[in-house]
Amino acid sequence: MKLSRFTSRFYVALGIVFLVAFFGTLGPLLFTGKDLTTVVGGLYDAPSGKAWLGTDNLGHDVFTYLMYGTRSSLIVGVISGLIATFIGVVVGTVAGYVGGAVEETLMAATNIMLAIPQIVVLVLISVALDSRSVTSVAIVIAVTSWPWTARAVRAQASSVRTREHLDIARLSGANTVSIIVFDVLPYMLSYVVMVFVLQISIAILSEAALSLLGLGPSEGTSLGLMLHWALAWESVRNSAWWAFVPPTIMLTMVAFGFLLLQSSLDEVFNPRLRRDSGRKRRKRIASARTAAEAAEAATTSGSGA
Amino acid sequence: MNENMNKPNDDDIVFAASGLTKTFGRSEKAIRAVDDVSFAMRRGEIITVVGESGSGKSTLARMILRLLPITSGTMALNGTDVTRLRGRGLQEYWRQVQAVFQDPFSAFNQFFSVRRLLHRSGKLLRHADVDLDSRMRAALEQVGMHPAEVLDKYPHELSGGQRQRIMIARALMMEPKLLIADEATSMLDASLRATILNVLFDLRADADLSVLFITHDIGQACYLSDRVLVMQHGKLVENGPTEDVIFNPKHDYTQRLLADVPRLHDVG
Repeated sequence: MKLSRFTSRFYVALGIVFLVAFFGTLGPLLFTGKDLTTVVGGLYDAPSGKAWLGTDNLGHDVFTYLMYGTRSSLIVGVISGLIATFIGVVVGTVAGYVGGAVEETLMAATNIMLAIPQIVVLVLISVALDSRSVTSVAIVIAVTSWPWTARAVRAQASSVRTREHLDIARLSGANTVSIIVFDVLPYMLSYVVMVFVLQISIAILSEAALSLLGLGPSEGTSLGLMLHWALAWESVRNSAWWAFVPPTIMLTMVAFGFLLLQSSLDEVFNPRLRRDSGRKRRKRIASARTAAEAAEAATTSGSGA
Repeated sequence: MNENMNKPNDDDIVFAASGLTKTFGRSEKAIRAVDDVSFAMRRGEIITVVGESGSGKSTLARMILRLLPITSGTMALNGTDVTRLRGRGLQEYWRQVQAVFQDPFSAFNQFFSVRRLLHRSGKLLRHADVDLDSRMRAALEQVGMHPAEVLDKYPHELSGGQRQRIMIARALMMEPKLLIADEATSMLDASLRATILNVLFDLRADADLSVLFITHDIGQACYLSDRVLVMQHGKLVENGPTEDVIFNPKHDYTQRLLADVPRLHDVG
């Protein structure tokens, strides 16, 4: 793929995502050397040289917590995104390609899942689990967020199904699995990549919502859990902004970064959506104007002669 | 239509269809795309199916190829019923009955090289004792291409004509008994079209290949076929030797089709 196909939006989005990922993975090693058990001060100490973003309700360093929280949010996002995309793509592709009664059944199940509000199912499953690790929270989110993917992928698959190369594959004796893997999926790959990025962002926000309600991972921390404790210990009333503003900004950055990445990928894969940059547009208008002027000059000189 | 025209009483019959029907949709909204079509093909015979768009020609082709489930009726290849074949039997059927479609752009999987495309089809030949590689090269040469040049190319590196010739080579590689060509030459330029038609003519002579051409081009039907079938609204309205159908059409639909052929000079 040529680099010129990527827009500046794409690079901005990629930049944000990399920055956040870097912060979450390498941050704890590089910046503070503290971990989640280190106590650096008292209840809601203000930001200082010792604790850059102050301390939380138990005297932990908020900056350190922010890095670990970002890390677990990203882990939840990627694991949940992978699982949800996998389920959605399998269900959608099989339904779209096989058609008939199989399609009806799978889509009926998908529609039932869509009709039930996701947050209700999330809360119920989370309450039912005794202890929740980061992975189990990710799985719970994944099993409730695949239906949209399944529906969208089904639409794509049934449009690929009408292409003649599938007839050629069948006439070549290829079996259904081989046709789905080699003839249907590659045609949807760009779409699947976009869906995956979108799923990551949805999963991160869902995790934050669950954690805010106190149903997040029961060990470690996450951005949502930080908000949960900040609320529970009334940081807003104590005007301890450092307890809730940093995780909120971080969460917004993560979700925004992935959403921007998804929409700029859409532009890369679907050139019809691509917009001119301001400079290109000005250049085009300018060249059109000079052409018009030249034509005008030609006609006036022609009539003058 | 009289009966003996549908069922020639000799052993030479490669393919026979009787009462083929395809219905789309259910109950009162059902559409009969192909309605009670019966015909027989002899070894080495070239038959053309003509009819306007929507007359059911392509549906018929897809039924014969077993790409579309058959609502009712039966088909037989060399006297064996093939209407309900599955699995291995169907693969064996596809070794003997192959097709070329109209659009050489959408018929290619854009992620496959020519070699991979042909190899995939070649799997149908795995039980037969053949050297796939030489078969592949021979088939490409038959359609006037140089195997060394095209085998490692991807579809986007080939022109429409080249792609269509590779599709034809793919079908011929199997050395089928019956070839279905669904508007196969309509996207080729005139000289290429003549080349391809001549290749098929030669194969008919050398390898007893029977060809079922599907076209809306009556001129082409006239040029190459032994018999013409005329379809209208899914029904077979005329079935006879080319000369009879072209010069002495019985059904008024055929007469109308013929009247619409543009004339460069009057044959009077």
